Amino acid sequence: MARISASVYTSHVPAVGAALDLGKTAEPYWQPVFAGYDFSKQWLKEQKPDVIFLVYNDHANAFSLDLIPTFAIGTAAEFAVADEGWGPRPVPKVIGHPKLAGHIAQSVIQDDFDLTIVNKMDIDHGLTVPLSLMCGQPQAWPCPVIPFAVNVVQYPAPSGRRCYMLGKAIRKAILSYDEPLNVQIWGTGGMSHQLQGPRAGLINKEFDTNFLDRLIADPEGLSKMPHIDYVREAGSEGIELVMWLIARGAMNDVNGDGKPPTVRHRFYHVPASNTAVGHLILENN
Amino acid sequence: MSLDKPYTDVPGTTIFDAEMSRQGYHLNQFCMSLMKADNRARFKANERAYLDEWPMTEDQKLAVMARDLNRCIALGGNIYFLAKIGATDGKSFQQMAGSMTGMSEDEYRNMMVSGGRTIEGNRYTGEKK
Repeated sequence: MARISASVYTSHVPAVGAALDLGKTAEPYWQPVFAGYDFSKQWLKEQKPDVIFLVYNDHANAFSLDLIPTFAIGTAAEFAVADEGWGPRPVPKVIGHPKLAGHIAQSVIQDDFDLTIVNKMDIDHGLTVPLSLMCGQPQAWPCPVIPFAVNVVQYPAPSGRRCYMLGKAIRKAILSYDEPLNVQIWGTGGMSHQLQGPRAGLINKEFDTNFLDRLIADPEGLSKMPHIDYVREAGSEGIELVMWLIARGAMNDVNGDGKPPTVRHRFYHVPASNTAVGHLILENN
Repeated sequence: MSLDKPYTDVPGTTIFDAEMSRQGYHLNQFCMSLMKADNRARFKANERAYLDEWPMTEDQKLAVMARDLNRCIALGGNIYFLAKIGATDGKSFQQMAGSMTGMSEDEYRNMMVSGGRTIEGNRYTGEKK
């Protein structure tokens, strides 16, 4: 049967992708950001996951205002890299895992989470920047990826609680899949940032530190944090952090199966462009 | 029974909710069209003519031509959509975000390098700084 070996959490700042694509990673501004992922790149090579279930949000690229799915699972065989207005990032296309994705969709919907099933969509920096941070610049991504898009563009995003419970349902689906796959689940976005209005540039290190602490040690309590706390304390775009709770909800300890996860890596840095970068790797026990 | 909107007293912040989305539908869909290189070229060649192809309000069109992102947001624009205008202009997200704060590009960049805008005094409208 398939298993979830670890969860990874990271911001997905577009400027990080641009810095990488334009060869600026060694510049003093960017060097500390990328250094925070040196361990992670090595770790991922050693872990050799068979599939990455990658939770991210689309930034008005695959989905315009014509269609705003709260939760969308990518079930296609492959996903092209979106032209977000700057031209597509020069990164490999993403190979999907239609069989596992379809299995998860069927299982999770029967568990009362009404996913939108997407057989054709482009993927944007929300998905490719985490892959770049964790993999560098390979010719092809190391394994198939199941894109899972969460609406955080039009308010309200799903609640933290809903995301956390969804993570549990995704875990149940993966564990019932009849092939011995090593699956990782990634939650991306955040941390504190605001991209709009006179309050743009907001960073709240205290909030972010507390969020990381509680994600590790008290995800159940953290999942009950209301939207307004994210908006007020972490900025209008800080609400992306609810996506981290999907990945956390899929871990063994919060499903009555094993001890708390091992914190393999923790990193925090301000700034990357407008944003506080946070990153965690948790291994299941 | 009206909806609870607890986010209206967050200073300098417009939450893109159903009401804003309704107002900004055509403005945001215009922005979306700039994901195609051909459309970017046509827009740059004659902004007014390109905007007139969209059922946007005159105020929305003027705000786009002025690159007044705060005004665009007040008229229903969403930053992820408006970012396509910045991309068309060759602006970074940091330049776009900074343009809404009344700070110069350098001032905004320096603020970010120094740890960003503090949360203290920035939680509630009218809060004492």
